[in-house]
Amino acid sequence: MSLSVPHALSVWRRNAAMYRRTWMLNILPNFFEPVLYLMAIGIGVGSYVAQMDGMSYVEFLAPGLVCVAAMNGASFEVTYNIFVRLNFEKAYDAMLTTPIQPQDVLAGEVLWAITRSCIYGGSFFIVLMLFGLTPLPNALFVLAIIPLAGLLFAAIGIAFSLHIVTIDLFSFYFTLFLTPLFLFSDVFFPLKERLTGTWLWVAEALPLLHPVRMARAAFRGEASPILLWDLAYQVIVAALLLAWARRGVRRRLTS
Amino acid sequence: MTIVSVDGVTKRFGERLAVDDLSLEVPAGICFGLLGPNGAGKTTTLRMIYGVTRPSSGTVRVFGIDIGRDPRAVRARLGVTLQQNVLIESLSPVENLRVFGRYHLLRDPELSRRIDELIDFLELRSHATVPVRQLSGGFQRRLAIALSLMNRPELLILDEPTTGLDPAVRLALWSRVRELRAAGTTVLLTTHYMDEAQRLCDRVAIVSTGRVIVEGAPAELIETRLAAETVEVDCRPEEEAWLLDGFHLPPHRLRTGNRIMLYLDDATPLVDHIRHRDHGDRRALVVRPTNLEDVFLALAGTSLEGGT
Repeated sequence: MSLSVPHALSVWRRNAAMYRRTWMLNILPNFFEPVLYLMAIGIGVGSYVAQMDGMSYVEFLAPGLVCVAAMNGASFEVTYNIFVRLNFEKAYDAMLTTPIQPQDVLAGEVLWAITRSCIYGGSFFIVLMLFGLTPLPNALFVLAIIPLAGLLFAAIGIAFSLHIVTIDLFSFYFTLFLTPLFLFSDVFFPLKERLTGTWLWVAEALPLLHPVRMARAAFRGEASPILLWDLAYQVIVAALLLAWARRGVRRRLTS
Repeated sequence: MTIVSVDGVTKRFGERLAVDDLSLEVPAGICFGLLGPNGAGKTTTLRMIYGVTRPSSGTVRVFGIDIGRDPRAVRARLGVTLQQNVLIESLSPVENLRVFGRYHLLRDPELSRRIDELIDFLELRSHATVPVRQLSGGFQRRLAIALSLMNRPELLILDEPTTGLDPAVRLALWSRVRELRAAGTTVLLTTHYMDEAQRLCDRVAIVSTGRVIVEGAPAELIETRLAAETVEVDCRPEEEAWLLDGFHLPPHRLRTGNRIMLYLDDATPLVDHIRHRDHGDRRALVVRPTNLEDVFLALAGTSLEGGT
C-alpha cells in the first residue's frame, strides 16, 4: 500500500501539537548549549590553538557544531520519544484505528524528526550569528544542510529503534555510536591531517562527516566535487535505511 | 445488509492458537456483543475486523470490502474504542479531538463543528480544556469514545467499553450507545459483563478458546438453552439426592462447590418442595431470572469472570 502524504502530515501534527504545549521549555536549552560549547571549546581551548586548517579555532568549530545540533535534535526524537509513543502512549495503536497506515506513521515521524533537527540546528545557527561567526551570505547554505543531516540521523535512529525491545539499549546508541561520531567526524580537528591511506577511506563511512564537510564548505564559500559524494552518501544511506524501517514499522504495528 | 462478515477465520501467534475457525455475521443497525472470558480471542477478532491483525486463514469483509485489500477505505467508515485509553495526557479533550480529527483528514470548519457536537454528546463540556491527565477515569473513557466517533462511523467497535468504570458512568455510556444505535450506527462490542450484554445487545456470540460456542438474541439463548428462572440453593453434594428426592427434576442444573443452580420455567414448586423438605428450616436460597452468565456456565463449564 502506498504512502498518503495528508495522513503522514496528520501524524506530524500530533507531535507538533504536543511540542507547542511546552515549546518554551524545549527550545531554551537549544540556545544555551551552543553558547557553552563556544565558550569552553571555541574560546577556552581555542586560545591555545593558533590556527586550525587555515582559520581561527572557533571559526573551524562553528559549522561542525551546527551539524551536531541537527544530529542530536533528530536523534532524541527518533529514539526515546518514538519508543515512548510506541510502547507507553500507544499513539500508533490509536492511529491505526483510522485510515492511517504504518508507512504514513513512519513518514510523519521522519518529517517531525527533521523539524526538530531544524529547530535545534537553527537555534544554534542564530547563536553563531550573534557571535559573528557566520560569514554571510555563504553560511546560509547550511540551512539546507541541517534538514539533510536531520533526515540521515532520523533514518539511522528509526532503523535502530524499530529493532530493539528495551529502552535501555538507547544508552548504547548514544554512548557508543553518537558520541564517537561527535568526537571523530571533523568537528574538532581535521581528520585528513590525522589519518593516512586506507584509514582515510574507512573514515568516509562515518555519517556525521558528510554534513560537517558540507557545512564547513558553505561557511568558507568553497564548492568542490567531493560535496556531491557527501550529498549522495546522505541521500542513499537515508533511503536504504528508511526502506528497511518501512518493513520494520509494519512488523511492529501490525500482526 | 451485512456490515461485518467473518468467515472461517483462524489466527495463530507462533504456537498459540488465538482464534480457531471463527465465523460471525453482524447485520446493519444492531448492537452485537462478543462475549467471553479474558483470553478467549475477542480482542484478536476485533483487530482482524479493523485490519491491524491479519488472519492466518479465512476472510474478513467489512461493508462488503475485503479488509486485507483496502484497509483505508474500511477504516474511514468505522470507529474503534480500544480497551486501553490512548489519549494524549498533556493535551485537553478539545485538543485530543482536534488531533484525532486530523487523522481522518477533517478540516475546519467541519472539524470544530464535530468537536463541539461530541463534547456535548459525551458531556465533556465542563472539562473540555483541562489537560487529560487531570480527568477522572470516567471522563477519560468518554473522551476515548468521543475520539472513535469523530468520523461519524457507520460501525462502532467498542473493546470492553465499561471495564473499571463506576455504575453511574456505565449507565450513562450504555444510554449513549443506545442513542447511536437508534440513529443507525451498527455497534460491535466485547465485554465480559453479562448484564452489559443483556441490556445492550440485540445479538450476542459467546466465544471460548477462539471459537463461537453459541450465538443468538440474549433472551432467546436463555430460553432455548436453559429456562427463564434460576433457583440457587446451598446444598452439599451428599445432601443433594435427599433434598431433591420426589421432585420432578428440571433438565438443567449445575453445581459449583456447595451450591447448586436449577433452571426452570417456574421456580415456585421447587422452592415449596425445598422448604417442605427442610421442615421450615430456611436454608439460603435465591430465586432470580436466568442470565447469560448461566448460559455461558452451562455451555463452557467455566465461569466468565474467572476465565479459562
